[in-house]
Amino acid sequence: MCPCSKDGQTCGCRNVRTIFAREFKSYFDSPVAYVFLVAFLVLIGFLTFGVAMFYERRQADLTPFFFWHPWVYLLLVPAATMGLWAEERRNGTIELLLTLPITLGQALIGKFLAAWAFIGIALALTVPIVFTAGWLGSPDYGAVFCGYVGSFFLAGAATAVGVFASSLSRSQVIGFVVALALTFLLLIIGFDPVVNAVANWGVPTAIVNGVAECSLLRHFDAMRRGVLDFADIGYYIGVIVFMLAAARVVTDSRKAS
Amino acid sequence: MLKVENLRKSFGDFEAVKGITFSVKKGEVLGFLGPNGAGKSTTMRMITGFLPPTSGTAVICGHDISADPVAAKACIGYLPESAPSYRAMTVEDFLTFCAKVRGFKGADVKAKVDAVIEKARLTSVRRQTIETLSKGYRQRTCFAQAVIHDPPVLIMDEPTDGLDPNQKFVVRQMIKEMSADKAIIISTHILEEVDAVCTRALIIADGEIKADGTPDALRAKDPSGKLDVVFRKLTMKEEK
Repeated sequence: MCPCSKDGQTCGCRNVRTIFAREFKSYFDSPVAYVFLVAFLVLIGFLTFGVAMFYERRQADLTPFFFWHPWVYLLLVPAATMGLWAEERRNGTIELLLTLPITLGQALIGKFLAAWAFIGIALALTVPIVFTAGWLGSPDYGAVFCGYVGSFFLAGAATAVGVFASSLSRSQVIGFVVALALTFLLLIIGFDPVVNAVANWGVPTAIVNGVAECSLLRHFDAMRRGVLDFADIGYYIGVIVFMLAAARVVTDSRKAS
Repeated sequence: MLKVENLRKSFGDFEAVKGITFSVKKGEVLGFLGPNGAGKSTTMRMITGFLPPTSGTAVICGHDISADPVAAKACIGYLPESAPSYRAMTVEDFLTFCAKVRGFKGADVKAKVDAVIEKARLTSVRRQTIETLSKGYRQRTCFAQAVIHDPPVLIMDEPTDGLDPNQKFVVRQMIKEMSADKAIIISTHILEEVDAVCTRALIIADGEIKADGTPDALRAKDPSGKLDVVFRKLTMKEEK
């Protein structure tokens, strides 16, 4: 029994679950899901083995594998989230959805969790790479686990950015481009070459570091090296909550447009 | 069952609905008549909780739509204009989703879905995806989601728009079958609809109620006794 259930009324968790289930299944109702999963795996595989020279490094660790995750998410998460609200607006189903006895927050959380779970599946399908490393040598499985946890939360933050971008208009293209731009900005402010270049321009170090600390990348760096800090996970949860709150405000004020 | 009190809606400087007040009792089928852009859809969207009113409110079965939206929405079945639905889903999956959101559980879900599929004459297409259906079937699928929980208040925005005469007949038949124990609002700009299903009609133009009465009482407003003449007289001068 869900704690928020009231007599005679449907409870919030149940509504979230129902929205989640519909949304999650809808990914697999069209070929898009499969195209997405294949693209994700091919891209991750190519970057890990081709670009980062996984075999040539002669080390059984997954640092080169995790290194690419933020950049793959940058490209593919917006593709998975762009339709979440834009499609509802375009088809007019938003009017149906928001006149059902659920709150906007429940609809929003259900959709977000569905997209996050979908990306989670893509991530889970990369596990054979761990087996490859395990077969070749003995990787630090603790570090691998940390990397996966970090990558999953990073994906969650990128998904929340995508949900927000999708709520802005009825156009999926705008949803995609805005998500891409925002995620790119949140990554690049913590990307070392950029941070160093900005510091060299004479910007005070405190400001450069402060801005870099807001980056999705900075908090992932430690985790992909095997350091699991709850502050980093807290940061990702913060980004998720902030982005969903922003999406809620936008959807609420522009639902008829 | 439904009370609307001084409902207003502005979009920027434009006031789309200028203080509408009325109520609908059980057993009544109220026709919302008005030219395009009269404020019919905006009013319905406020009653169903999709748009927040600028001022005023609607009370559905004792629940205020602004103060207690979830309880109020639970009492309403709503068929939005152009009957939207999730097109990639099958009729059955879509209605199952709606039943679950409406709070039904376990075996109840299937029972409700089966019953409404029969009521809305959808049996032959229940396993088809909605995007493959003709407009009449799509309309009825959306109609089915509106009545799946047997709501005391049913609100339909142009339920027969764009349907062929046979499909119109079927939809009107379904509305009549249910009218005895519900309060129903139907918006339309097709005047024949009023005689076909409505027990009472409101003529709305320019965001205001211009007339309220039974179809016969409205007809009596003009010596010609024709509803379309009354409608024109009441709504045309506002347009100029």
